[in-house]
Amino acid sequence: MSEHPVTPDPEAVLIGDAMTGGYGAADILHDCTIAVDKGQIAVIVGPNGAGKSTAMKAVFGMLNLRKGQVRLNGEDITSLSPQDRVAKGMGFVPQTRNIFPSMTVQENLEMGAFIRGDDYRETMEQIYHLFPILRDKRNQAAGELSGGQRQQVAVGRALMTKPSVLMLDEPTAGVSPIVMDELFDRIIEIARTGISILMVEQNARQALEIAHKGYVLVQGANRFTDTGQALLADPEVRRSFLGG
Amino acid sequence: MEILNALVLLANFVLIPAISYGSQLALGALGITLIYGILRFSHFAHGDVMAFGTMLVILVTWALQSAGVSIDPLPTALLALPIGIIGTAILLLGTDRVVYRFYRKVRAAPIVVVMASLGVMFVVNGLVRFVIGPNDQNFADGARFLFTVREFRNYTGLDEGLGIRYSQMITVAITALVVAALFWFLNRTRTGKSMRAYSDNEDLALLSGINPERVVTVTWLVVAVLVTVAGTLYGLDKSFKPFTYFQLLLPMFAAAILGGLGNPLGALAGAFVIALSEVGVTYAFRKFFQYLLPESLEPNSLMQLLSTDYKFAVSFVLLVLVLLFRPTGLFKGQSV
Repeated sequence: MSEHPVTPDPEAVLIGDAMTGGYGAADILHDCTIAVDKGQIAVIVGPNGAGKSTAMKAVFGMLNLRKGQVRLNGEDITSLSPQDRVAKGMGFVPQTRNIFPSMTVQENLEMGAFIRGDDYRETMEQIYHLFPILRDKRNQAAGELSGGQRQQVAVGRALMTKPSVLMLDEPTAGVSPIVMDELFDRIIEIARTGISILMVEQNARQALEIAHKGYVLVQGANRFTDTGQALLADPEVRRSFLGG
Repeated sequence: MEILNALVLLANFVLIPAISYGSQLALGALGITLIYGILRFSHFAHGDVMAFGTMLVILVTWALQSAGVSIDPLPTALLALPIGIIGTAILLLGTDRVVYRFYRKVRAAPIVVVMASLGVMFVVNGLVRFVIGPNDQNFADGARFLFTVREFRNYTGLDEGLGIRYSQMITVAITALVVAALFWFLNRTRTGKSMRAYSDNEDLALLSGINPERVVTVTWLVVAVLVTVAGTLYGLDKSFKPFTYFQLLLPMFAAAILGGLGNPLGALAGAFVIALSEVGVTYAFRKFFQYLLPESLEPNSLMQLLSTDYKFAVSFVLLVLVLLFRPTGLFKGQSV
């Protein structure tokens, strides 16, 4: 089975449709399609250098597309800057440097709500409810927290804009397996509130277990696309990408 | 009695001068550290911009004096301060527009921007000398002393006296006010927090919708207040001479680096450490020990570690030590 065209659900909240492009002259993505439905979790997996993070950056507008389109809630946002996409309802958690280390946890959340003109206290309350540890540490500098707690701050910051889609670039990179499970639980909980989740993951097996939809990329193109469970059950996917 | 005399002596010649000098350095160092944290370069024009702001204050003060305006016992210069701040803000925003903004846009390496600020330094330096000349200028008026050494001696009956000048008191009071306002601004207001966020993590700040050009503008405005106040206080306390202000660059940078570049609290602490070391190392302690030690042990020498001519060496030595052993500074700052 080689590259195959993916037809996204037209009802999907976020669609990166047939994206082709890269950082310089050479293309990294080739006709790559990624989509997330409302309240669902979509996971991008694949070997190193498959263009997983690039695909996510393309969806977020950090990369110029030569071909293809990005649509959010049916609206074409291909030409918008990342900042404008945040205002439109996309939340992005970068893989590294995703917090303000010298600022307190609460100030990190406040900065997340910077573009909001209205009262954000209720949203902050919801985030403290989702991540109780952050409430306990709200006056502590975010840089002093453990790896897992920092990731919670990073996710919390991105949630402050009340996004319709939350994008996570390897949220479990560098955290222990226990913390990873806990983070995945939280991500499921966030999806249950109606927020769509798109994430890139190194821990493919665990990520596919919670995914409604999985995208296996190879060399910047779609290789397999199916529900998380179906991909886990597919012997070819298991052999090639999940280590048997 | 002997111990009291020794302490009064020390307070009069070391402690009080160091505190007022330290306050002036602190305001300058805070500006340096803010620029480093937010614009990410070492602002070499700091001393000369300080001279420029003070020059404006002096010119306005002279105008006010000749118009017969006075707020005795306070110096007239305090009235002129707001105008000096506005003028300095215009200069800083102008140079940002003409020089620094370009380098920001092309994302130039910090060292390139530092060299550009060196150029700005020469231009401003020339401008100040062109307008007001290279000589000492006197613009302090109002009462000189809160109480003099003699008054203190007569009142307490001690052999040693302690005098406090108005300029020292004004320096400490205004510095406390400005620093408190600055910290309130940085820690409590939305704009101040967005500046800290930008300093912490530029990319994430952009993602959060913080407008970098606005952050930069506000930073220059804050710096305009800090340098003009610092320069005016220094001028009132000592005297105004463009070259002296240029020389202040070293202790101010030493203070900012000692405290940890980008960390305002560090700059504050660093300034007092530098000031106290500079005054302490160049003070002749003979008399102090004469009070404390029995006659047989009295020192013959001046007990002065360094001649006052070498006071800048103190900043240099501290700077080198910090860079060698603790490059991020005493408080947590960015490494140079």
